Parts: sequence; C-alpha cells; structure tokens
Amino acid sequence: MAPEKIVLRFGAETSDKPIIYHLAKDYDLIINIVKASINPHKEGTMVLELIGERYSEGIDFLRKQGIAVNPLAQEIVRNEDKCTHCGACTVHCPTKALFLERSSMTVNFKGDDCIVCLMCVQVCPVKAMEVRI
Amino acid sequence: MSVERTYEDINARIKAGKAVVLTAEELVEKVREKGIAQAAREVDVVTTGTFSPMCSSGVFLNFGHTKPRMRMTKVWLNNVPAYAGIAAVDAFLGATELPDDDPQNSDYPGEFRYGGAHVIEDLANGKPVRLKAYSYGTDCYPRRDIETTIKLEEINEAILFNPRNCYQNYNCAVNASERTIYTYMGTLKPKYGNANYSTSGQLSPLLKDPNFSTIGIGTRIFLGGGIGYVVWNGTQHFPGYLKDAAGNELCGSGGTLSVLGDLKQMTGRWLVGTSFRGYGTTLTVGIGLPIPILNEKILEYAAKTDEELFAPIVDYSESYPNGIPGNLGLVSYAQLKSGRFQLQDRDIPTAPLSSYAKAREIAHKLKSWIQQGEFLLGVPSQMLPGPQAALNGKSLVVK
Ligand code: SF4
Ligand code: SF4
Repeated sequence: MAPEKIVLRFGAETSDKPIIYHLAKDYDLIINIVKASINPHKEGTMVLELIGERYSEGIDFLRKQGIAVNPLAQEIVRNEDKCTHCGACTVHCPTKALFLERSSMTVNFKGDDCIVCLMCVQVCPVKAMEVRI
Repeated sequence: MSVERTYEDINARIKAGKAVVLTAEELVEKVREKGIAQAAREVDVVTTGTFSPMCSSGVFLNFGHTKPRMRMTKVWLNNVPAYAGIAAVDAFLGATELPDDDPQNSDYPGEFRYGGAHVIEDLANGKPVRLKAYSYGTDCYPRRDIETTIKLEEINEAILFNPRNCYQNYNCAVNASERTIYTYMGTLKPKYGNANYSTSGQLSPLLKDPNFSTIGIGTRIFLGGGIGYVVWNGTQHFPGYLKDAAGNELCGSGGTLSVLGDLKQMTGRWLVGTSFRGYGTTLTVGIGLPIPILNEKILEYAAKTDEELFAPIVDYSESYPNGIPGNLGLVSYAQLKSGRFQLQDRDIPTAPLSSYAKAREIAHKLKSWIQQGEFLLGVPSQMLPGPQAALNGKSLVVK
C-alpha cells in the first residue's frame, strides 16, 4: 500500500495542537511531513504522506479538529500580490468560495469552501488563482 | 450667485494648499448632504478612477545604439514581436501581440498566457527582458543581428501610448446561446448564465464629464501609477448619450481617450498583463482623471450616482459578433454592483472585469497628489469633441 498524500489546512485555533503526535500515537500512522507553512495569522497548511491500517480513522480525527483535509495537488491558493480584485472569478465559483464583499468591492477567498473545480484558475485574467502542489 | 472657476484659479489654490478635492464617490455623499449648489461652492476638483482591461495600449521604446550601429527591421521582446517599421532602434510593442509560436485559439479556448501586455508589465516592474532583433545591413548601420537583455532603466525611452483607453461606458455582456463563449468580456456561461461589465460606474472618468467640458489635449492624468496626459481623442471616439426607450438622455457613452506617459514612472501594480481565455492578451490599465469644478453644471454631472448611470445589455453570442445594432435593455451600475439583476423573467448574476477597489484607490491617490501640491491641473490647449460633434462610426465595406 502506497502512502496517501494529503493537504491539511488549519486555522489559528488548531495550529498549536499536537496533531501529528496524535496521528502517530493514537492511530499508529507512519507520517512523513512533506511541507508545512504557517502564516503570520497562525493559519497553516501542511502536506503529509500517511500510511497505516487506521488511515481513515486518522483522517476523521483531523476533520473533527476542524482541519480541512484534501488530497494533494488539489489545493487552490490565491496569489494575493497578483489579484486585482476585479471580480471576474466570482460568478464562476460554484461554492462562492470567491465572493465580492460589496461594501469594499474587494474579492474574498474562503479556501475552506473551495472544492477545487479549477474554474477560477481558468477564468482569472491575471492568473492569480494557482494550483498548489 | 452660481460658481465660476478657471483652471488657473484652481491651480493657485492647489499651490496654496487650499484646494478642496473629493473623489467622485465622496462627492456623491457631499451632494446628498448639502445639495448641488453648496457642493459646487465648496469643491474645486473631483477625482475619478478606473482599472480595466484596455486592449489599445502599447509602448514606444528606444533601445539605444550598439557599436557598430544597427537599424532594426524585426524586433522581439521575450519572444513577442514589436513593430519596428520606424526609425533605427525604435519599436512599438502592443498589448495584444503574441509570441509567434503561441497556439492562439488552435487549442480552443486558448490560454494566451503571455503577450505584449505581459512584457510591458515586466518592463514596468524593472525585470530583465530578452531583446532579439534582425536587420539588413547598410553602410551606416552595418550590424545585422543582436540578442541581449534589457531593463527599463537601461534604455533611452519607454513612452506608453494608448490610442484607445478609458472607454466612457461599456456593454454589459451576456450570452443567449446554448454554449459557453469566450470573449474579451470574459467567459460567458450559456443561457444568460452571467453578465459581465467593465466600468467603475460612479468613479469612471468619462461618465463624470459626459459633455467633455473639462477634458482636452493636455489634461494631466494618473496613468499606470505615474503622471500622463490626454493627447488626443481615442480611436472610435463617438461620444453621445445612452437613451432610455422613451428617448430620454440618461448618461454618457461612446467617448474614448488617447493617453500618453513615461513608462519609467509607472509600475506593474497599475499596468497588469491580462489574459482572456479564448480571446487573447490585453493590458489592465489604471487611469484617473481630475475634473475641475469650473461651474455648477460640471459638478452636477460629476455627482451622478451608480443609480443614474447605465450600461446597455448586449448579447455576445449573436448580436455583437454580427454587428446587429441595439441592445436587450439597460441596467444601472447600482444593479450591476449589487451582484444580480432581472432581465425579463431571468435573474442574472453579474461580475465586473474592472476592479472597483483599485479604481477607488486611484481616485484617492490622485486626490492626495493634488492635496499635496504634487499634481497641478493641465490646462487643455484644445478640447475634445463632445456629443455636439455628433461623430458616428463608419463601417468597413468589402469592395
Ligand atoms: S479573477 Fe483573479 S484577479 Fe480577479 S478577483 Fe478573481 S482572483 Fe482576483
Ligand atoms: S477552484 Fe472552484 S470552488 Fe475553488 S475557488 Fe476556484 S472556482 Fe471556487
């Protein structure tokens, strides 16, 4: 059985919880941390390779901690420097993960609502929506 | 008594640090509070802004001479061809130009990842750009080819010259057909799936001076983050009024500007290489115009709100490509900005292609330049034709 590669996305509340410890100890998983990053707001992403009998229990545990778990190569990020807040993507995003804040007329991106349909990647005129591997 | 001001009066107040400057949005608020007459007495200048894709944009470059000298017959910048049919080492790079090997729409809808507009953005950002050129040799210009790297600061001039920018008003594009279409108005979903529009409404420069009472040759403007000028009317400048079904004049439409400025003052923040899937590349340009409040009438137009400004709804699957005149109705910018509108029994979600947030930022930047005395009004040496000139577009006939 090959290890599964997954992307975790977590908010400030979970970033200092010992989740890796629990995955290893409570669910007997073998973990390889491929990549990890935490932004100044303490929100982070982590790419893991996981293998073990109790894999799906481990995933359930992560989700219960409020962590978004997605298969790798399926994470969309917005390049904040590139985005011009034009709004062209908003009408193509099926889940409204991308939406116009009407008062400021700026475009917000709620990564948790993204289902990685890639529509925004195709329509964004300045290529600000990127697939992160 | 109603207000009368000259450009000179206002410039004197700017220099003295006394000019009252509001953005077009702030003016809307002011007029709501105090009315037109009082606002006209108080306000000297109103600033506007737009940040939209503007295809008719490009840059004249002069690369400097090599030793031995070379004229340049064919020029490429990062593989994108530039027009070199002018003097030695001069070239014009257009925003929509594509590399010779771009697949274009052969793999429909094409991606158009990199074109002239992206080279302009790279230059403005100070990035190195690969220059390649060929020429036939002459007695005075013996060199025949060159391949090197240039940066904006290393070349003599880079003059942004956009022959058709700042469209006064623009269509709200929909797709009545059964399939998705890919246009310069973005991707349009079938059966009126979305409506795309592209002006900043109540912040949009030419919507706020529909009679061209203050804009002429020499009007100083915010252009791409630097200072630029209106140098002529734009191509296809056919200013008029949008009318409702009863024939009432609603707002300006049809005017365009030719603008020029020094690319060396600009940055990629306000000049962004842009790609429309299935269509091509274009340059998103930030432009802001100051409107001097010479009299109350000018203020009244400058104070028009999103509720009073309209766009024609046009079908891009059938009517637009075939040049069928007319539209499906009008929609106000207030409705467009709300995110949806009704067209007959349909509820259509809207999306802007032009960044209102950036347009607002431009209007504020221009306002602060004026308040700090860094930016004086350019006095036009000749006004541009307005609606009275009754200019109309000609069709190209195949003979
Ligand atoms: S289309 Fe691209 S640039 Fe425009 S708001 Fe969406 S992500 Fe930002
Ligand atoms: S990938 Fe799809 S769901 Fe995710 S933000 Fe883009 S358009 Fe929305």
